[in-house]
Amino acid sequence: MSRFQFPESIRSRPIYGTLEPRPGKAHLMIADVEGAEALLDLAALDADLVRRAHIIYIPKGTGETHIETLRALGPAQLHVAPSFEASVQRIRRVLSDAHMGLQIYLAGTEGLMGRSQAEAMQAGIPHSAIQTEHRGSVARRVQCVHCKGITEDVLTDPFVCAHCGLNLFVRDHYSRRLAAFQGVCIDAEDPGNVPEPVELYK
Amino acid sequence: MSAAPQKTKAGAEKIDVTVSAVVPLNELVTRFEFRRTDGRPFPPFSAGAHTVVEMNDDGRTRLNPYSLMSDPADTSTYAISVRRDDQGRGGSLYLHTHVGVGDRLTLSYPVNLFPLDLRGRKHVFLAGGIGITPFMAMIAHLDRMGGAWELHYACRSKALGTYAEDLMQAHPTRAHVYYDDQNQRIALEDLLDGQPLGTHVYVCGPKGMIDWVHTTAAAHGWPDENVHSEEFLAPQPGTPFEVYLSRSDITIQVGESESLLEAIERCGVDAPFLCRGGACGQCETDVVEAEGTFEHRDHWLDDDEHASGKKIMPCVSRFDGKKLVLDR
Ligand code: FES
Repeated sequence: MSRFQFPESIRSRPIYGTLEPRPGKAHLMIADVEGAEALLDLAALDADLVRRAHIIYIPKGTGETHIETLRALGPAQLHVAPSFEASVQRIRRVLSDAHMGLQIYLAGTEGLMGRSQAEAMQAGIPHSAIQTEHRGSVARRVQCVHCKGITEDVLTDPFVCAHCGLNLFVRDHYSRRLAAFQGVCIDAEDPGNVPEPVELYK
Repeated sequence: MSAAPQKTKAGAEKIDVTVSAVVPLNELVTRFEFRRTDGRPFPPFSAGAHTVVEMNDDGRTRLNPYSLMSDPADTSTYAISVRRDDQGRGGSLYLHTHVGVGDRLTLSYPVNLFPLDLRGRKHVFLAGGIGITPFMAMIAHLDRMGGAWELHYACRSKALGTYAEDLMQAHPTRAHVYYDDQNQRIALEDLLDGQPLGTHVYVCGPKGMIDWVHTTAAAHGWPDENVHSEEFLAPQPGTPFEVYLSRSDITIQVGESESLLEAIERCGVDAPFLCRGGACGQCETDVVEAEGTFEHRDHWLDDDEHASGKKIMPCVSRFDGKKLVLDR
């Protein structure tokens, strides 16, 4: 599929790259459904590396997509999880057992990469050493700066906070710790004066 | 007291000190301890910091950087350990032969180009020879905090193993010493293997050792951010050359045994510096015109900048050619 080119923005906004094989003692790969395609590309560059990898694959509601293709790559471990929440215990376990020399490859949506990255940073890996490749939806994970609730898969700007119901403007200001962009009330001064929501990046 | 000292001249703010102890440690290394001449406490420093020692060697000002190796929590004393370099340009020799208890010197405020990354879960120190000094302060700091660390220290022989015995006695499970003359080597690959996530490695020693650690760690998949090094370069003697300083509008001669920075200072031009060892970037100077070849020796500029001929670090680099004009 075609890859989305995020427009240039402020420094806070994460920039994603293209996964490349890197030397390491162990390799952890986390991908959601379209992210799996980035792992296939990586395997085309270095099949051996993927054979040594632990892949955590989160196809969400898309059923069996890519599971067999990924299995065919012959990874040391392939774990399929229904959601990030369901896999987070495993991710933490892998990280707590890991040693220096672990390489991390994240592929898919911003929410998945951001949350995986936050876990890896917690475990002591600098964010700049974690590889990412964006694939699939451009939906964002946004934290409401007022009620602190996080809304997943935000596709429009402004949008309504799923927790407190305020109309939020989506900023490019990003928190690596929370793996979320900031949403700020757009009609605080003039309640009810809310611009028509537009699709992000349109 | 205000947080940052007011800067009036180049370099960090200065402190007048009196030598309180001179402790020879072995044939080559001597420790110098200082108290403030005004009796006040020293500013606290962070482990890994260095100070630039100013010496008046018979009318010639010598400015040499040394790592502070005393306990950072002790603000009554600063200490440095100096290895005598008989081949060098004389700063260390001057300290060894001319400086005694009661003498007065000037130190710069500490500057840290080699700090601990306190986010680290564990700190692995690799020292070569006199490169042990910053780790003495780091170990004191981490011991107070209860931080995890281990030291691997390579030195030439038992007789020249500065602080080796002390360290092994105080930290029998954490300090490991390797003597070259007994063919003992740091098993770097094994040592990098199996370190917990979030471990940081620090290396201080000769250039070859620093390069070895960086390359080996990268090959083992360690992020660059987790590998720290410090090497002070001493300026090397070279062919004398002439420089025109365009802003000051003077032509100066750089002698065989002085650095470009020292020559600039000798001629009364106040040029910025901090480390005087090619590491901090403070002295970076624009080249206005040049006909000849640069002898770049710093760790600051990247290869492209070295090749461009547009910048020079006068604390360690030289020039050989017909004409050099600097924006200074
Ligand atoms: S003074 Fe630090 S690089 Fe020259």
